[in-house]
Amino acid sequence: MSNDKRVTPYDRVKLARDKDRPGIEDYIEALFDGFMEFHGDRLFRDDPSIVAGIGYFHKIPVTVIGHRKGKTLEEHMAYNFGMASPEGYRKSLRLMKQAEKFNRPIITIIDTPGAYPGMEAEANGQAAAIAENLAEMSALKVPVIAIVTGEGNSGGALAIGVANKVLMLENSIYCILSPEGFASILWKDSNRAPEACEVMRITAHELQELGLVDEVIPEGSRLFKNMDNVIYKELKKLMKMSPDKLAKDRYNKFRVMGEVFEPKKNREE
Amino acid sequence: MEKQNNISASERSTKEELIECPRCHAMIDADIIRDNFKVCPECNHYYTLSPKSRLRMLADRKSFKELDKGLRAVNLLDFPDYEDKLAKARAKSGLDDAIMTGIIKIDGIKVAIGVMDTRFLMASMGTVVGEKITRLAEYAQKHNLPLIMVCASGGARMQEGLFSLMQMSKTSAAIKRFKDAGGLYISLLTNPTTGGVSASFAFLGDIILAEPEALICFAGPRVIEQTIGKKLPDGFQKAEFLLEHGMVDMIVRRDELKSTISRILKMHK
Ligand SMILES: [Zn+2]
Repeated sequence: MSNDKRVTPYDRVKLARDKDRPGIEDYIEALFDGFMEFHGDRLFRDDPSIVAGIGYFHKIPVTVIGHRKGKTLEEHMAYNFGMASPEGYRKSLRLMKQAEKFNRPIITIIDTPGAYPGMEAEANGQAAAIAENLAEMSALKVPVIAIVTGEGNSGGALAIGVANKVLMLENSIYCILSPEGFASILWKDSNRAPEACEVMRITAHELQELGLVDEVIPEGSRLFKNMDNVIYKELKKLMKMSPDKLAKDRYNKFRVMGEVFEPKKNREE
Repeated sequence: MEKQNNISASERSTKEELIECPRCHAMIDADIIRDNFKVCPECNHYYTLSPKSRLRMLADRKSFKELDKGLRAVNLLDFPDYEDKLAKARAKSGLDDAIMTGIIKIDGIKVAIGVMDTRFLMASMGTVVGEKITRLAEYAQKHNLPLIMVCASGGARMQEGLFSLMQMSKTSAAIKRFKDAGGLYISLLTNPTTGGVSASFAFLGDIILAEPEALICFAGPRVIEQTIGKKLPDGFQKAEFLLEHGMVDMIVRRDELKSTISRILKMHK
């Protein structure tokens, strides 16, 4: 935690968005063998903002799903900066259900500025697509591990984030919406984003303290090795659980998020 | 059939009170608006309803029993001024938070119902809204009741950060359990149903109804206009647009709402 003192939350935001930060291609290359990308939602089109496919993790067949931002300007444009459309979320769900059918664990990699706020995305049911994912993921009978690697913004992140274990890289962020959007809604001034970061509680360590994130993965030169170790450790534990237990475990995890004040008389009723 | 707008004579104002319609600016007698299901007789503008007015329109007389009264938000993030903001919102609205839940009868059929209230911080979804909806779904499942959610929301409760986001998965999971157990879930989308509420329980209805001209979206019109850099066409993201795009089952006028829901309930008895 001593590190935390020197790095401000807004520094983390900048790190999380750094253009030289690894992208999903790098994580897949480093962590999985024999990855094959699959395409399409079988309804309308393939959304390239989301990568989905199968591969081996320590010789275990797994389904991998994550946001794709791209590295060059052309790629950013082609992948819509990692802002997925309903088709991307529907592709994700299709492959999650497929994983469940073949009893494959699911590993998701979250890095998105948010779900795409575009006309086509709205017309094609962005809200309905995300809602469907949240509902269906909660009941999947296979292990689900989510890792926030960069920006985990809003419902667009959570739509592939309902997992048994939620992990975060040390310099990633996870938030209700971008600090700029937050500052703009609350204070009508998006330039106050650095200030917003101080109160939003979006860094990995803060969220772990709040009980919303299970483990923070250290970065540095051993980043991929650290990720590999943590994912392997968690996956081994989850693979010992029965299908029903896995779904129950995930349900209960999210069920208790957000304590409220309750008047005494309610409890006596 | 029982007259739906059962307003008793004692509730009428003795003196004539004129209200200016926010859309057509006609000055209309408050009693006339009330008797017209709070729809402007001149231009069909739908006035925002308080949960009490909504329940009065839907429920059989004196059938409402409130559940989970008095639940209040805790300032989980120690967010500056949040307690103050909540206190002001409570004082102004007389509510504990942005939702009222309970049991009513509709033409003699018992149902669990939740009604959101935009007068409380724009019916943003925080932990109290999430918890009350989750409990309502659990209650409905336990007691074998149909579930109705009257949705409205400006989006996430900013001051609760990621806890607010997690209410999306929490409510969606509870609704899925309820539906998987055979329960009937009717969702009514009213103006405005946006953001995290639309992308969770609002769009999970077995049957999704919408009020005429209600704004229903994930990303709000302003955010989209900023993203794409142009004005949105008239009617974009309105209930009629969603019907055309296959996102809702029916648009139901307020004067036909109770009879429509009643017919649906009778077919699922
Ligand atoms: Zn009018």
